[in-house]
Amino acid sequence: MSSVSLESLDVSYGNVQIVRNLDLNIRDGEFLVLLGPSGCGKSTLLSAIGGLTDVSGGRILFNDKDVTWTDPKDRGIGMVFQSYALYPTMSVERNLSFGLRIAGIDRAIIEKKVKWAADLLQIAHLLDRKPSALSGGQRQRVAIGRALVRDADIFLFDEPLSNLDAKLRAELRLEIKKLHKTLKSTMIYVTHDQIEALTLADRIAVMKDGIIQQLDTPLNVYNKPANEFVGSFLGSPAMNKVEGALVADGDHLSFAAGDFRLDVSRYPFTQKVESGRKVVLGLRPEHILPASGSAAAIEGKVSLVEPMGSSILAWSVFDGLSLSHLVGQDDGCEADRTFAVTIDVQKASFFDVETGWRL
Amino acid sequence: MMRQAKPAVARRPLNYQEVWGRVGIYAFLGVVALFFLLPLYVMLVTSFKSMDEIRLGLIFSLPRQFTIDAWVKAWTSACTGLECTGLRVGFGNSVKILVPSVVVSILLGAVNGYALSFWKVKGANVLFACLLLGSFIPYQVFIYPLVRVYAQTGIYGSLAGIVLTHVIFGMPVMTLLFRNYYSGLPIELFKAARIDGAGFWKIFVSIILPMSAPIAIVAVIMQVTAIWNDFLLGLVFAGRENLPMTVQLNNIVNTTTGERAYNVNMAATVLTSLVPLAVYLLSGRWFVRGIASGAVKG
Amino acid sequence: MGAEFTRHVKRNLVAYIALLPMAAVVIFAYLGTMAWSVRLSFSSSKLLPRSDFVGLNQYVTLFDTSRWLTSLGNLAVIAFFFLLICFVLGCLLAIFIDQNVRGESLFRTVFLYPYAMSFVVAGLIWQWILNPDLGIQATMRGFGFSGFVLDWVVNPRMVLYAVILATVWHGSGLVMALILAGLRGIDGEIWRATRIDGIPAWRVYLSIVLPMLRPMIITSLVLLSISIVKMYDVVVAMTNGGPGTASEVPAKFIMDNLFERANIGLATAASTVMLITVLMVMAPVIYSQYFRKSGRAA
Repeated sequence: MSSVSLESLDVSYGNVQIVRNLDLNIRDGEFLVLLGPSGCGKSTLLSAIGGLTDVSGGRILFNDKDVTWTDPKDRGIGMVFQSYALYPTMSVERNLSFGLRIAGIDRAIIEKKVKWAADLLQIAHLLDRKPSALSGGQRQRVAIGRALVRDADIFLFDEPLSNLDAKLRAELRLEIKKLHKTLKSTMIYVTHDQIEALTLADRIAVMKDGIIQQLDTPLNVYNKPANEFVGSFLGSPAMNKVEGALVADGDHLSFAAGDFRLDVSRYPFTQKVESGRKVVLGLRPEHILPASGSAAAIEGKVSLVEPMGSSILAWSVFDGLSLSHLVGQDDGCEADRTFAVTIDVQKASFFDVETGWRL
Repeated sequence: MMRQAKPAVARRPLNYQEVWGRVGIYAFLGVVALFFLLPLYVMLVTSFKSMDEIRLGLIFSLPRQFTIDAWVKAWTSACTGLECTGLRVGFGNSVKILVPSVVVSILLGAVNGYALSFWKVKGANVLFACLLLGSFIPYQVFIYPLVRVYAQTGIYGSLAGIVLTHVIFGMPVMTLLFRNYYSGLPIELFKAARIDGAGFWKIFVSIILPMSAPIAIVAVIMQVTAIWNDFLLGLVFAGRENLPMTVQLNNIVNTTTGERAYNVNMAATVLTSLVPLAVYLLSGRWFVRGIASGAVKG
Repeated sequence: MGAEFTRHVKRNLVAYIALLPMAAVVIFAYLGTMAWSVRLSFSSSKLLPRSDFVGLNQYVTLFDTSRWLTSLGNLAVIAFFFLLICFVLGCLLAIFIDQNVRGESLFRTVFLYPYAMSFVVAGLIWQWILNPDLGIQATMRGFGFSGFVLDWVVNPRMVLYAVILATVWHGSGLVMALILAGLRGIDGEIWRATRIDGIPAWRVYLSIVLPMLRPMIITSLVLLSISIVKMYDVVVAMTNGGPGTASEVPAKFIMDNLFERANIGLATAASTVMLITVLMVMAPVIYSQYFRKSGRAA
C-alpha cells in the first residue's frame, strides 16, 4: 500500500501544456477519482503517474519515495485501460501471468496468484480462452485481473467502464467498489462519468484544462461546488444557472433577476458580500421543492414535464424566470397548470459573475 | 422445411436503356480483357511452336504441332552471351538472392516500424522522412557511389552485395508498411505490456510479432515480386556469377546472333514470369492490399 | 536539458540501438551516396572519379548533349500519355467492374496480372508482338491486308508509342485496383442520397465519387510517376533506346554514361538533375500524404 504525492507537476506534448503545476496528495488506501470532460488532462495525468508519459516538470512520490523517473514496472502499479488492452494472441491465463513470467517468478506461485485473481473476479472458467472469445464485461474483468496478480500497491483505472453498456457498467462499478473494500489498496480512477465518480470515490478531483478545480468528498463536490464549472459539470438533471444581482430588501439581502426575487439571508456566504454585487445563482432541480402550505412558497406556471421514471422533471416559469425542478409522481404537476414551490436557499450556490468562484 | 412459393409479383418493366447499358459494360470490359490477355496468349502459343511454324507469320494461330522443345532449350541450353547453360542458372541465382533479401528486409522493416510507432526516439521521424523520400529517387543517383563502396569492402559482385542492396532499397516500403500497420494497433497494448515489465524485445516478440501475420504476408508478397522482377540492381551489383533470371532473360533474347529463336525467347519469358505470376494468382486480394497499404497511410 | 536528454535516451536505449541499421542506411546508403553523386557532378571525372572542381561544366555539356535532350523529351512524351491513358483506363475499368458485373474477380485478375510481371518481360512480349516481320503486321498482311503497317518498334517516329503501349498494359491495372478499392469504401448511403436527388450516374462519379477518392488517386499517380522516372528495364528489353536514340530515356542515359561510356561526371550531373526534379515534385506530396495526419500524438 502506498500514498501518492504529486508536486507541482507539468506534463506537455510539444508546446501544448496538458497538466499545469499540479499538486495532489492521495492518501494510503484512498479511492481517488479524477473527473472531468474529455481533453481536461486527466488521462495524461494518470499516464504520468504510471510512468508511461514523461513529465516535463515537478515530482511524483510514492510513499515519499521519488519515482518520477522510475520504470513503470518498478512502480508497484497495476493499470486497467478503457480498451482493455488484452494481448490478443494470448489466452486469458497467459494474459494474467505475462508480467509475472517476465519477472521470473516461480511457476507454482504464478499459478496460485492467477487462480486467486480469477476466483475473485469469477473468470476461472475462462482461463483457456482467447480475448476475442470474451464479452466486453469479461474482457474488462480479465484486464482488472491482470492488475490484481501484480500485487500492485496502487491501481490505476483509465475510464475502465466507458466501453460497456449501461447494465454491465453498473455491475462492474459495484465489483470495483467491493474490490477496493477487500484489497484496501490505493486506487486512482479516471472517468468523465459523474455517477461513477460519485459512487466510487472517497474523494473526487474535478479537472479542467489541466488544473484541479476542486478536490473534496463526493458530497461536498456535489453540494458545495467550488465554482460554476464544477456545479454544472456534476448533477443530472443539470443545475439551473441564473445571472442576477444581490439587492438589499429592507433588512435582509435578496437575489434579483428581472421580476424574480429570492430571500438569501439564510445562505452561508463564505465572504462578505454587499448589495449590488453581480452573482450567478446555481440551483439544483431537487432543491426546488413542491410547497407544502409554507408561506415562503412561490407560484409558477408549468410549461413542460419530462417524466424520468422515479420522478418528474418539470420546467416552470416563476416571475418570468424559467427553472427546472423535480417533483414526485403524485404531486399533481402537469403542463399549463400553476404549481407552488419553495426554494431551499441553504443548498443553493452563488458564484461570482466574473471569476465563477463560489461566494 | 417446405419452401413456400413466392407470390407472383408484377416484374419491373424492362428498361431498354438499362439493358444497352449492361451490354456496353460487358463489351467494354471484354474488349479490354482481350487486350490484356493477348500478350499472355501470344507468349504461350509461340513458346509451343517450332521455328518453322513461327516463320509462317501467324502470330495468333494455335500451334499445329505442340512441342516443348523450346521450353527445354530455354531452361537448359539457351545462350546468355557466351555461355549456353539456359535459364536454370539464372533461376537458381534469383532464388539465392531472393530468400535472404526477403527475410532480412522484412525483419528490419518490422523492427523499424515497431520502434517508430511505439517508442520515442528523437530524430526518428526525420530519418524516416529521409528514407521515404529516398524511395522516390531514381536508383541512378545512388548506384555509382554504392559500387565504389562495395568495391572497397570487397562485396561488389557478390551475393552479399546484391542482398544488401535489396535490403537497402526495400527498407522504405517495408518500414512504411509495418509502421502504418503498427500505428493502427491500440497503444494501450504497449502500455499494458510496459507495466507488466516487458522491455523492447520482449514486447516485440511476445505481443507485436504474433499480431503481425496479416502484414507479414503482404510484405512477403511485395518483396518476392519486387526482388524477383528487379533487373537494374541485379545487373549492376550481382556480378557475373549471380546474375538474376531477369538479366539472363534479357541476355538470351537481346544478345543472340543470327536468327532469333522466338519460341525459345517466349518460353524463357514465361519461365521468368512464373514465380511472380504464381504469387499473384495465389495471393489474390493480398496483392492489392500490398499495393494499397504500401503507399497510402492506413 | 542535457540531464533530461540522457535520462530519455537511457529509458529508450534499446529502441535507439534497434534503429541503428535504419540510421546507417539513411545516412550512408541514401544521403551519403546522394551527396557523393552531387559532388562528382562538379568534377571532371571520366572513367575514374576525380576530386577536382570544374563548376557547372558538366551541366553545360549535359544540356549540349543531344542524346540527353532527346531522352528528356522522350520522358515527357511518355509521362504524359502513360499517366493520362493509365489513369483514364484504370478509372473506367474500376467503375465498370463496380457495376455489379458477373465474373468480377476474373476481370480483376486479368487487368492486374501484368503488374505482377517484370518490366523486362513486358518489354520482351510487346517487342515480339509488334515485330514487323513475324508479329501482328505480318499476320494482318497474311490475311490479305497487304498495306497494313504496325512497325512501331522499328519506326523512330512511333517507337515511343510502342513503349507507352507496353507500360500502359503493365500499369493500368494498378490504377484499377486502387480506385476499385476506394469505390468499395464509399458509403452506400451516398449512392442512395444521389438517387433520391436524381443525379445522373456519370455526374455522381465525376463530382462526388472521384473527389472522395483523392487519396487513392494521388497514390496511384505517385506510384505511376515513380515508375516513369525509374523507367529503364522496359526500354532496355524492348528497344535498347533505339532505333538510334529514338526511345532513349534519362535513366538509361545515366547508366550508359556510368558503365559503358565512362563519363562519370556527365552521368552524375544528369542524375543530379533527376534528383532535383524528383525532390521538387515529391516533397510536398510526401509531406501531405504521410506526415500531416499520420503518426501518434504521444
